[in-house]
Amino acid sequence: MVKVEFLGPIQKEPLELDITNLNELATILQDDPQMKEWLENSAVAVNDTLVSSRDFALKDGDKVALLPPVCGG
Amino acid sequence: MLYLYDGSLDVPTILKDWYESEANSNYGAYIPFVGTVRSEDEIDGLSFDIYEPILNKWFNDWQDKAKEKGAVIKMAHSRGDVMLHESSYIAAVFSPKRRVALEFIDEFVEDFKASAPIWKYDLKDGQRVYALDRSTAIKGSGLLS
Repeated sequence: MVKVEFLGPIQKEPLELDITNLNELATILQDDPQMKEWLENSAVAVNDTLVSSRDFALKDGDKVALLPPVCGG
Repeated sequence: MLYLYDGSLDVPTILKDWYESEANSNYGAYIPFVGTVRSEDEIDGLSFDIYEPILNKWFNDWQDKAKEKGAVIKMAHSRGDVMLHESSYIAAVFSPKRRVALEFIDEFVEDFKASAPIWKYDLKDGQRVYALDRSTAIKGSGLLS
């Protein structure tokens, strides 16, 4: 299973999903009305490293995080 | 070095500690930046969430860049609530010569604003409201849209 976490202001509980790449995650989240506003402006990290391709392969135990727009300081 | 605190930063103590920690390191320049919560839009203060694993990696990458120039970066940030006229953020660069430190503090703070995984909320009328309009999407955002 892959754990998906929603960081900062995204008010959503973590998910445990049986998926093998980020394309599958995109399909699942695009069907979630609550996530519509966040998908366009959120970055994605796998095991705490930012990724830039949806073809990124996922394996059992991986952790995916969605990071919405930031503003430190 | 990266330091995270619950609530506002004790600015005089942090600046003094950093100064003293490098006083004998032969750096010619110590350039701190102190961010203070200003009164605007009738807010009572700000509040912050931090995702530490990615913040630590981001900071360590910058520390490596600084090291290549013979410099060192220090940063302190608040978690949770920080009220008006208190500080939530301090960054500082120590370097042998001033030019490196002046350039680094500028680049570092700009990238901090654009990339560090920290989320800001306005504290207003007892509510904690995400400051979306002042936030920046991290490079590469929209991958799943």
